Amino acid sequence: MSHLKPVPSGDPSPEGTGLPTLAGLLRASARGDEAAFAQLYDETSARIFGLVLRVVRDRAQAEEVTQEVFLQVWKTASRYDESKGSALSWLMTLAHRRSVDRVRAAEAASRQDTHFHQNSHQVDHDATAEAAEASMEARRVRSALAELTVVQREALELAYFGGYTHTEVASMLDLPVGTAKTRIRDGLIRLRDAMGVGQ
Amino acid sequence: MTAHEIHALSGAYAVDALDDAERARFEEHLAACATCQEEVASLQEATALLAEDSATTPPPALRASVLAEIKNVRPLPPVGGAEPVADLASRRRRPRWAGLVAAAAAAAVFVGGGAVVWQQVNDSDRTQEAISPVDQVLRARDVQHVSIDFPGGASATVFKSVAENKAVLVTEKMPAAPSGRVYQLWFQKDGRMVSAGVMPAGSDQSVLLEGDLTGAEGAGITVEPKGGSTAPTSAPIAVFDFEQAT
Repeated sequence: MSHLKPVPSGDPSPEGTGLPTLAGLLRASARGDEAAFAQLYDETSARIFGLVLRVVRDRAQAEEVTQEVFLQVWKTASRYDESKGSALSWLMTLAHRRSVDRVRAAEAASRQDTHFHQNSHQVDHDATAEAAEASMEARRVRSALAELTVVQREALELAYFGGYTHTEVASMLDLPVGTAKTRIRDGLIRLRDAMGVGQ
Repeated sequence: MTAHEIHALSGAYAVDALDDAERARFEEHLAACATCQEEVASLQEATALLAEDSATTPPPALRASVLAEIKNVRPLPPVGGAEPVADLASRRRRPRWAGLVAAAAAAAVFVGGGAVVWQQVNDSDRTQEAISPVDQVLRARDVQHVSIDFPGGASATVFKSVAENKAVLVTEKMPAAPSGRVYQLWFQKDGRMVSAGVMPAGSDQSVLLEGDLTGAEGAGITVEPKGGSTAPTSAPIAVFDFEQAT
C-alpha cells in the first residue's frame, strides 16, 4: 500500500512556511532532537534504502545496513559540515560506503556465484520504486546519464552499484588497469557538469 | 605513485572503487590537497544523484526499529570534542534486525471455520456482561486480520469485519508513545487518511477504530501530539493493507 502517506496538516506550522532542510534536520539531530531525526528518516529513507538494496541486493541485509547507516547518521550528525557539501551527498556517501563495505566483507554467496553480465546490476529494485519513477530529479539524472559515453556509464555503474573496485571493473571489462578509473572519473565529471551540481 | 597518478583516483574514490590500500593512500593525499578535496566533494554531489531512480520505501517496521535504537546511542559532539568511548562500550547490544521480525507472539489463535478466539488481555472488557463492540468484531464470522510485528516483540493487529462494518486494533507489548505524544489510528479511504481515534495508553490494548469500515483500503498508526491531529503529521509507524488481510 504505497499510497498510504501522511497528508499535510491543514494547520500552518507555527514556525512558518519554510520546511526544514536536510542540513537543518541534521543539525537538530546532532543536538539529540529525535523528532527532527525521524523527519530526516522520512525524507531520505527511500533513497538510502534504494541505494543500499541495489548494492547489497539481499533485502534482509539491505535492511540491516540501512539501520546501521541511520544509526551512524544519528551518532555522527555533528560531523556533517555544510560548507563541504550538501546533506544529501553526505548521507548517500555514507550509505554507499557502508554498502560497499558490506558486500566486500561478506563472503557473500550471492556475489561469489553471480557471474557478471551486462544487465546483472538491474536487480528488481523497482518492485516498490514508486514515486521516484515520476520524479523530476530522476528524469534529470537519466538525461544527464545519457550524456555519458556507453563505456563511461558501464564503468561507473559497475563501480557504484556493483561495488567493484576500479581494478575489478577493468578486468571485467577487459581494460588495461588504470583505464577504468579514468572512465569513472571522466564519467562523473560529465555527470556533475550535466547536473550542474558541486560547483 | 606520482602526485598526478594519485590525483587521478578522485573519481574512483568518490564511488568507493578503491581497494583498502589505495583508499588509505588517497586519503592521506586528500588531507593535504585542496584541489582533490574540492574535486571529490563535487563528484560526490554527482554520485549522490546516481541512485535517484532506485528509491525504494523500506518496511515501516524498520523506521520503528531505527527510532527505538537511537535512544541507546549518544550523538557525538562536533569534531574537536572528545570521542566518547564509554558510550560505545556501554551501549546495549544492537538487536539484529532480521531476527526481530520473526519473533512476535501470535495475537490470536485460529480455530476451525475461521472463527477467532481472542485471548482477552483487557480486564475491563472481560468483566462486561454484554458482548463489547470489540468482541463483536473479533467474533464476527467474516473477521480478517493483518498483523505487523515490531522490533522487540511488540505487535499490532487489525481485525476487520465487513459484516460489522468495523475494525479493531489489538496491540501487544507496544512501547509507550514518546512523552507528550500518542498513537493515533487512521483509516485510509480513497487514498486519504481519516482519523479513527487515539489509542489509550497501555502496551496491550484492544481498541475499536472510530468510524466505519466502508471504503477503507487500509489502516495506519502514527505518532501525534497529545490529543491527536486532524491529519497525520508524521509518516506511519505501521500500515495495514486490507488487501493483505487473511
